Amino acid sequence: MGSLLNQERPPVFCPGCSHERIVQALDDAFQRMGLAGRQIVLVSDIGCSGLFDTFFNTHAMHGLHGRALTYATGIKMARPDLHVIVTMGDGGLGIGGAHVLSTCRRNIDLTLLILNNFNYGMTGGQCSATTPENALVGSGFLNRLEMPMDICQVAGSAGAGYVARLSAYQNDLAEKLALAIGFNGFSLVDIQGLCTGRYTKKNKLTPKMIADNIECLPPVSHFEAENNREEYCSHYQQEGARLSPASPPLSIKAEFVLPETDRQEIVILGSAGQRIVTAGEILCLAGISAGLHTTQKNDYPITVLRGHSISELVLAKEGIDYTGIDIPSVVIALAPEGVAKRLEMLAGLEETTWILAIKGLEIPSTSARITELDFHKYKIKSRDWALAALIYLACKKKVLTLEMLRTAVGLKFSGKVVEQTSNLIDQVSEFL
Amino acid sequence: MVLSFMEGNEAIGWGALAAGCRFFAGYPITPATTIYNTMLKLLPSRGGICLQGEDEIASIGFCLGASMAGLKVMTATSGPGISLYSEQISFAIGSEIPIVIVDVQRLGPSTGSATKGADGDIQFLRWGSSGGLPVIVLAPVDATDCYLLTVHAFNLAEIHRCPVFIASNKEISMTRETVDLSSIKLPDIVNRRLAADDRPFLPFEVRGDHMAPDFLSIGDKRLVRQTSSTHGPNGYITTDASVIAQNQARLKNKIKLGARGFTFYEEIIQAETDTLVITYGVTARAAITAAKALKKAGMAVSLLILKTLWPVPEDLIRNQAVPFKRIVVIEMNLGQYVREIRRLLPNKTVDFYGQMNGELISPLRIKEVIVHG
Repeated sequence: MGSLLNQERPPVFCPGCSHERIVQALDDAFQRMGLAGRQIVLVSDIGCSGLFDTFFNTHAMHGLHGRALTYATGIKMARPDLHVIVTMGDGGLGIGGAHVLSTCRRNIDLTLLILNNFNYGMTGGQCSATTPENALVGSGFLNRLEMPMDICQVAGSAGAGYVARLSAYQNDLAEKLALAIGFNGFSLVDIQGLCTGRYTKKNKLTPKMIADNIECLPPVSHFEAENNREEYCSHYQQEGARLSPASPPLSIKAEFVLPETDRQEIVILGSAGQRIVTAGEILCLAGISAGLHTTQKNDYPITVLRGHSISELVLAKEGIDYTGIDIPSVVIALAPEGVAKRLEMLAGLEETTWILAIKGLEIPSTSARITELDFHKYKIKSRDWALAALIYLACKKKVLTLEMLRTAVGLKFSGKVVEQTSNLIDQVSEFL
Repeated sequence: MVLSFMEGNEAIGWGALAAGCRFFAGYPITPATTIYNTMLKLLPSRGGICLQGEDEIASIGFCLGASMAGLKVMTATSGPGISLYSEQISFAIGSEIPIVIVDVQRLGPSTGSATKGADGDIQFLRWGSSGGLPVIVLAPVDATDCYLLTVHAFNLAEIHRCPVFIASNKEISMTRETVDLSSIKLPDIVNRRLAADDRPFLPFEVRGDHMAPDFLSIGDKRLVRQTSSTHGPNGYITTDASVIAQNQARLKNKIKLGARGFTFYEEIIQAETDTLVITYGVTARAAITAAKALKKAGMAVSLLILKTLWPVPEDLIRNQAVPFKRIVVIEMNLGQYVREIRRLLPNKTVDFYGQMNGELISPLRIKEVIVHG
């Protein structure tokens, strides 16, 4: 394979900038690997490293600052056969830090080249995440207040499969880049170089100093063995292959006819753990089995396992427009937490509403008809109260029938739960 | 009759699958999370991909990469996530990357109330990205719309190579309801137009009377360039003012002029009424209930329910408003879309009612507004 450099668009970096050496080394690496342009995607970040894609005849995607790894991840997931290489500066490393860490954790087969020249070159030499504390940069004194980060150690700790710290000036740069690109997993290469347009105007830095600095920093080659694991795309495919496709949405036939055709609004007021939402769903499924349209809105706190749980159900022969509750025909009150959340509604109720309240539960003064349900006496557990109240309604032929209820339970559950529900139906019917 | 029972968010997921969506990425956020849950159930088991990004910026970024690699993609979030999407949305607009973005609106501002509904992002969706170019926003009324409009959204994203928003609301997305799937007539599924291979490929060349460039996937035999920089047809940065102006005008016109093909709405026009109620989203349902009650009481009004919010269906609104003396706009915010209605109908009386307290606007309230102003 020949050079993939775009002859029509030669590099335009400042004289002496080490980025140009990296362009040449990257082209050399592609040639060593025998890659064609169509097998490569260069995803470039913002700043001087963001120019890289224009110098090569490869696929290219250039996007927003710090986000190059996000596009690269999408491309690689869609096309695992492509070699996806990201070029990013130390600026992109800082602003896109969360993406760098997450990509390390994912071990997706991308190669991230961090063109680390210790400052934001394009915007005037401000400090970046890798600027030494004693450097003179365009951010005044601010870099003296922050520690530079060693991305190699961070990346290794975050799980990067391959980490290398290189100088833009080392002779075997192309060879090392080819190794990183060839690695099957996430490889991160910190390439330290000179920004002649900005950084080295006020700070002494030479290829020799870079080499010496790299020599002093902790080694990073051990991460390859430590972080050795499955590559993300192939792992994803394996896990996906184990899943069976989700069944299509349940289609429920109308098999019962109900005498009541008016819009019915039912509110179940309970607390966490009382299976209020499940009971609401069963009531809706029961309604659907009689050809009714239904809506279900649930209300519970953001934290679970405590506090109120409320389900608001509407059942109607015609399509349901407004899903709010105006005048409920039935209120099932099972816990003070739920009651406390609907005091205003309860206060406004008229005789047309029937409240089924668990015995001992305080209901604010109301014109509605109240029936007390003494489920304690029959040793029905609190978690079954909502379902038991539906059974009670069904026995009274209000809103639903026992046949509808059994059908709904059969649609929602299988096996043991169906059996338990049958027992509960017997229990409730008995005390009636 | 055979009915299914699902929440709006599940309907959006099934609609996406029907439209050919193969890639979803999102970050958990109430009330949009159940779209992610649904896609996780639907996609990987069918060879598709569902990812959870480290944040919203990554999630939509994954989608943009996958879309450029040729897949139909969707992401879903709520107001705080749309805020973070902003830079990526402008990338999708300017660089013509097809994507469906669902905003399940919750009560804002800011983190607001995770479990309370609102339609508070309606102007934000239009204007919340740099550059100010138009976008497409569709607003479902119920779970059936969630299913159907999601399919339309994918088609529009493919045809016009642009982001298409679904402006849902917690009150639609997290309310379960009956849907008659068999009665929903889906449009034909559209795929982005691929570049013919009898000529060199320029990634942003627009041929003939087309409004959007032909597409090739990153990874194709011919090289594909994508860039967020101001670019010419070849996908390289340009400073040529006439090329820039031409491209900006096209990006605007492809949505504004293309809009004539995708004005979704419903109307319930009653004879001899002098009031037209204009509304959208979940509020339309209360408006229908209110209108039915008013009709019974001998005070009928007509209704226009907009399902394409952006670009504003200007011709439709102007034409429908002609016979009416008074327009009443109802929306679940403090007055956002009414600005568009007032702009279009300067010679009509336009009354407004908005509410932003986390509760549905009730039919009773709407009746009062219509009767008493």
